[in-house]
Amino acid sequence: MNAGTWSFFAEHRAEILGATLDHLTLVVIAMAIAILIGVPLGMFIVQRRALRAAALGLANIFQTVPSLALFGFLIPIPFIGGIGKRTAIVALVLYALLPILRNTYVGLTGIDPAVLEASEAMGMTSTQILFRVRLPLALAVILAGIRTSTIITIGVATIAAAIGAGGLGTFIFRGVALVSDSLILAGAIPAALLALVADFLLGMLERRLKVI
Amino acid sequence: MNAKTVDFSGNLIEFRDVSYHINDIASRAVISGVSLTVPIGETLVLLGRSGSGKTTLLRLINAMLLPAQGQVVVKGQATSEWDPIRLRRGIGYVIQEAGLFPHFTVAENVALVPTLEKWERTRVAARVAELLSLVGLDPSEFASRRPRELSGGQRQRVGVARALAADPPILLMDEPFGALDPVTRAELQREFRALARRLGKTIVFVTHDVREALFLASRIVLLETGRVVATATPQEFIRLNHPEVQAFTASLELAPGAPA
Repeated sequence: MNAGTWSFFAEHRAEILGATLDHLTLVVIAMAIAILIGVPLGMFIVQRRALRAAALGLANIFQTVPSLALFGFLIPIPFIGGIGKRTAIVALVLYALLPILRNTYVGLTGIDPAVLEASEAMGMTSTQILFRVRLPLALAVILAGIRTSTIITIGVATIAAAIGAGGLGTFIFRGVALVSDSLILAGAIPAALLALVADFLLGMLERRLKVI
Repeated sequence: MNAKTVDFSGNLIEFRDVSYHINDIASRAVISGVSLTVPIGETLVLLGRSGSGKTTLLRLINAMLLPAQGQVVVKGQATSEWDPIRLRRGIGYVIQEAGLFPHFTVAENVALVPTLEKWERTRVAARVAELLSLVGLDPSEFASRRPRELSGGQRQRVGVARALAADPPILLMDEPFGALDPVTRAELQREFRALARRLGKTIVFVTHDVREALFLASRIVLLETGRVVATATPQEFIRLNHPEVQAFTASLELAPGAPA
């Protein structure tokens, strides 16, 4: 990084900060929706074998579609498509879903069978077992999924700029077009820092929730 | 108590020609034609090899499984007619790995059923302290510990305290001491026998260890491939000449220090 880059950062710090906040907004909204869908769906598929394969399979497919293509596919779809933030959020949610869904399912089912047997034998209802035993014991694993999804979403959200959603990707795309390292770095460095900070904070929370 | 549950003529648990099979395939019976009664205050030990159906029999008592044929009558009412939640809250259950809740303290583990039954907080606390002392754990030292901070023997003591918490008349135990080292196991067996006699609970105890069966049982039921092949007091049991009984008593003679 040369002196030019530093002065570019200094001159455009307001724009960089604004784009970082836009980026963070995209990520937070997408993650909130993904958690609201992924965790209850993961709880739901514990008891339903047929739905489980379908839900995990579908989430898997979304994850394997290249992100730029996924954004492209969504544009022509009515209501959720088009150019702008809304389409980007839909794509980010689809991307974030798999790790949350899978970890919720794995966390809820990976509990010591002796604990579940004792819960049932002592006369806990299935709702009580879910909320007092399964969920508290699965929390750290679910959070690990949320952590993975957050890191992915921060990265993928840079591509959302390609469909006009704003955020740090705006600098990167402009930098690529103008062959300007300074512009690319103005998008890439804050995005990397966001990912590192999110990883650190969620990791700390995850360790605190771990029971065993 | 409603009228249905009043008359059970001294038998808390009764198996009436009970069969159970997996996936409704009659040829794959796990339990066939078992009839048994367990009178109040008895310690009935279900003895058998792995796969003989003893755990299945135990799980038929608290409606974790329902019979394919016949009836299991608990406190005068068939398990198929009980609300399983109500039935289970009145039956203590102890299993091999204790199955303590790792996210609860020892006190919270013991308090589980009283809490579910919405006892008053002070009553729960008093009961927890009483039970921990009963199983030989000092409440001031152990109440706030987590299960992972306990030894295997201590965990099993907490398991017994938890099963006894709401003072159920029936206690079901599935190889509760099976995973312990021999010294701790003998210690817990001795203490448990004394405790069982003092509390007068009706206990159904599953084991594959004939020595444990002889030591704890007021009556032994020997199972072989899902059928009852012998029912006897410990004194009678060692003199029976059924081949499966002899297979078990022969395992005694191999062990050093066993009665010849």
